[in-house]
Amino acid sequence: MVGLKKHNFTKFFILFGVMSFFYLPILSLMIFSFNDSRSLTSWSGFSLQWYQALFENREMMTAITTTITIALISTFVATVMGTLAAIGISKSRRLIKELVLSVNSFPILNPEIVTAIGLMLLYSSLNVEKGFMTMLLAHIIFSTPYVILSVLPRLRRLDPDIAEAALDLGATPLQALWKVIVPMITPGIISGALIAFTMSFDDFVISYFVSGNGVKNISILVYTMSKRINPTINALSTILVVIITIVLLVVNLYPYITKKEMKEAE
Amino acid sequence: MKGYASLVKPYILWMSLFIVVPMLLIVLYAFTEHGNALMAFRFTLGNFMRFFDPVFIKVLFKSLEVAIITTILCIIIGYPIAYVISNASERAQTLLILLITLPMWINMLVRTYAWISILSDGGILNSIFQFFGLAPIKMMYTDFAVMLGMVYNFLPFMIISIYTVLAKLDRALIHASHDLGANPLQTFLRVVLPLSMPGVISGITLVFLPAVSTFVIPKFLGGGQYMLIGNLIENQFITVGEWNFGSAISLIMAVIIMGSMILTRKIDRDASDTTSVEGGKLW
Repeated sequence: MVGLKKHNFTKFFILFGVMSFFYLPILSLMIFSFNDSRSLTSWSGFSLQWYQALFENREMMTAITTTITIALISTFVATVMGTLAAIGISKSRRLIKELVLSVNSFPILNPEIVTAIGLMLLYSSLNVEKGFMTMLLAHIIFSTPYVILSVLPRLRRLDPDIAEAALDLGATPLQALWKVIVPMITPGIISGALIAFTMSFDDFVISYFVSGNGVKNISILVYTMSKRINPTINALSTILVVIITIVLLVVNLYPYITKKEMKEAE
Repeated sequence: MKGYASLVKPYILWMSLFIVVPMLLIVLYAFTEHGNALMAFRFTLGNFMRFFDPVFIKVLFKSLEVAIITTILCIIIGYPIAYVISNASERAQTLLILLITLPMWINMLVRTYAWISILSDGGILNSIFQFFGLAPIKMMYTDFAVMLGMVYNFLPFMIISIYTVLAKLDRALIHASHDLGANPLQTFLRVVLPLSMPGVISGITLVFLPAVSTFVIPKFLGGGQYMLIGNLIENQFITVGEWNFGSAISLIMAVIIMGSMILTRKIDRDASDTTSVEGGKLW
């Protein structure tokens, strides 16, 4: 039994170590967002001034709006396009399927910086001025492949006879698609949309290369601000951390809670 | 049903324009001379020759070195963690994996930036050292800081990919090994470790790829003078404006990365060919 206790201690030590490694920087980031002075290392008292500064900072509020707008639009377009493409791919001949999938995996396997400069060169050869639209288009381009990869496994498990039956019973192809196929692959579509949203929301490298001087998302702003560090970034990050934590907790604990409620109801 | 196959056509057009053409443009720029006239290309190998300057070769080797050490550290640190998590109760596993993945949802730049206030000269770690009467250590703008930043950012990928394989491992094999007289160490080395190799391999690709091409982490934690291949490419495009040379460097990097991926997968396949007797190959 002594051996077991020692074993548990090692386990605890490993987990405690990794969790402090992951969470101490985030914790320090959050604590210093409430600091009374500009310093990020020495504590001089509690204050909410950086939160006030954040909401008064036009540049930062614009960056937040840009990030959210681009994430929402690019997720919507990538999800629709990716889902339709995935349905097409799953019904295509083997050769076309393999060809499309290997080109599709290029932006996933390539380093982000390579995708970024490729798009930058494309925009400049077409003489497109870089700005909001080029950033939005880039986000749609790099997130669609992930949607396809997330929808395809669902389609593979789909029984082809069901859509066939819908067509035999008089549904138009569009009706069969919308009322039969789409509902059965919804989990894949949702997870694809979630990946697309987070990819877009967090993206730095590609946005940095394809956006002009005027347009900035949160990542680009943090990058350009790093030279004149001040705790407004900490304040912004703290708000993001809190929102993300709440969302993740709700999403992950929801099944447990509903299960418990169902048990109680019985 | 076959009618739906035509849904792929618009996407083929989209892919050609936005995935294939950009790649071809990189190749085109890498093999041509600098010039503004779009239709007057002059082919050259000069951009590649230029890279074989000791200065640039040193940057390439430095990037590979940092990425390889980061990957090895992630395996050494990540494996025990994944192992401990996979042996926990089911509910604890869900919670621990959630805790490991949660930081990944926070903006990568912000996470890296958080380390600056910990590692800087008057930072939190040095204040702790001072409290215990130790001399302050210079940590910012060193290899240590850069690798720490990389391990911090990429370790979750390694843990998750090893954990995924370990969690699916058939417990009966471990019991069988114990019953047949192997001690825990032998069981681990000869049963668990070989079977978990696919997880390690996919972890390697998930860590090595971003580690070799990142330019944010070296810039934040290594300082303006710290040059990895990602920084070199960024400089060529953003600061210097030498797009042709920048494209050549990107092409060299992409080829090296693709090559090491293929090699890693091949090693994995060869290894599993010899070890996966229970996989049914013999029958």
